[in-house]
Amino acid sequence: MTKVLMKGNEVIAEAALRAGCRAFFGYPITPQNEIPEYFAREMPLRNGTFIQAESEIAAMNMVMGASASGARAMTSTSGPGYCLKLEALAAMTLTRLPAVVVVVMRNGPAFGTMNAAQEDYRMNGNGGYKVVTFAPSTIQEAADMTFEAFDIADQYRNPVVILADGMIGQMMGSVDFDKLPAKREHLPEKTWALHGRGQRNGKSEFLFIAEGKNHYQEKYDAETILYPEIKANETSVEIVDVEDADIVMCAYGTAARMCVAAVEAIGSEVKLGLIRPRTLWPFPYETFGQIGDPCKAIICPEINIIGQMIDDVRIASAGRWPVHHVGDSATGPLTPDGIIEKVKEVWKEMKV
Amino acid sequence: MIKNKITIAGSGGQGALSMGQMIAYAGLKEGLEATWLPSYGAEMRGGTANCSVIISEVEIPYPIVTEPDYCIVMNLPSLLKFESIVRPGGILIINSSMIPEKATREDLSVFYVPADEIAEEEKNPRGANMVLLGVYITIAGSIKEESIAAIIDKTFTGSKARFAESNKQLVTRGIEYGKNI
Repeated sequence: MTKVLMKGNEVIAEAALRAGCRAFFGYPITPQNEIPEYFAREMPLRNGTFIQAESEIAAMNMVMGASASGARAMTSTSGPGYCLKLEALAAMTLTRLPAVVVVVMRNGPAFGTMNAAQEDYRMNGNGGYKVVTFAPSTIQEAADMTFEAFDIADQYRNPVVILADGMIGQMMGSVDFDKLPAKREHLPEKTWALHGRGQRNGKSEFLFIAEGKNHYQEKYDAETILYPEIKANETSVEIVDVEDADIVMCAYGTAARMCVAAVEAIGSEVKLGLIRPRTLWPFPYETFGQIGDPCKAIICPEINIIGQMIDDVRIASAGRWPVHHVGDSATGPLTPDGIIEKVKEVWKEMKV
Repeated sequence: MIKNKITIAGSGGQGALSMGQMIAYAGLKEGLEATWLPSYGAEMRGGTANCSVIISEVEIPYPIVTEPDYCIVMNLPSLLKFESIVRPGGILIINSSMIPEKATREDLSVFYVPADEIAEEEKNPRGANMVLLGVYITIAGSIKEESIAAIIDKTFTGSKARFAESNKQLVTRGIEYGKNI
């Protein structure tokens, strides 16, 4: 197959289908509506189930049910809907149920505007848990990450989140589905899955806490075994020219693409490096050790105000460099020009 | 290198977005990288629609066009909104059937195309976007008419198949018009 031109949202849906997702439950919200639209059309043709639920809460609980029966299940939403799904998502981390949740972010807080944004980096349900969180920066990456997300969810029995900004969902770009990552082998069998009622030799009982552990044991094992294993295996990051950069930028998704545009514009005046986390959790803290001596500052561009990922960037920097936020302005969302201006400002301060 | 950065704007239903998609499809068909990004949300709901299209020989860093090489405007609000952002020396294509005003900038190459009138002549009153697409093909020289024709055949199928020939004819009319302005 050759490259085709598709909308990011449709690419995500198609990649999920190719990963074997046959159960989708969702509730409409801009800017992710093409995902349920695609599933509504394709699921009946591909032997799957599509349900538009009565609310986001219902949709996420349907995902939980489908997952408990062993299906590869998925939902998609944007920030306002993600809030509502968090209760069930947190429950799925405790009950160790795999699923994929796609969040196509828009401008908040609350209903905000429908403009593309990066506002849900820090959104978490109650209690302590971690989920692998992918941040696609291109349409191809949206396909690759969604495809791989289902394997990762099954491998670790833990939900996976795709945190895409609205731009990734709405833009059309080229994708080659033949270049999807290889399917992972030796995934654990879903011996825990429910499949039919007792009298038909099915397994009809699901232990709320997996394998009869108590609550504290489950969480302790997550902290000491599961999460370290995921950190070791799944951390993913792109690193560009950080060894001799004067300023290193750290950004994900569309903001990282803006950084590339900024490098093209002023890379000849200031040596710029880029750290682009492909996974937001696990966050690539260790990568910052590769930053070379010339670096005098870190800039963290995000399509929001205040900054969210910047906290992780500060932790990773551990006081070695000042960390600057640049984001939305008073007139609109972050642009490459906004980043260029910030770089110039920081560069000027550094030279004084 | 990046070949064309294009902004196309009109009112909802004029076909600005689908025209942009066709350019992107054609670019990809001809081995280029292509991105298409629509305006959406509040902006679109207000009645104007616009899209950013980039076709490029190299990977496209950022899909939003802030300074287009080519700007195609299909109604007056679009001209007022986008004339100012065109790259100095860039090209502005104006649907003069819908826009009686002239462009005010002198550093642009401006082409006035009575796209709706040409579409009416071909008895396809909703096809003004295809005329403008033809004009763009001539002026930019970045994509081929055959690519667009193939995409039209692929896009207009089933009950819409009867519009395919007429749309291709309108692209040809636009190409001819572009040669003579």
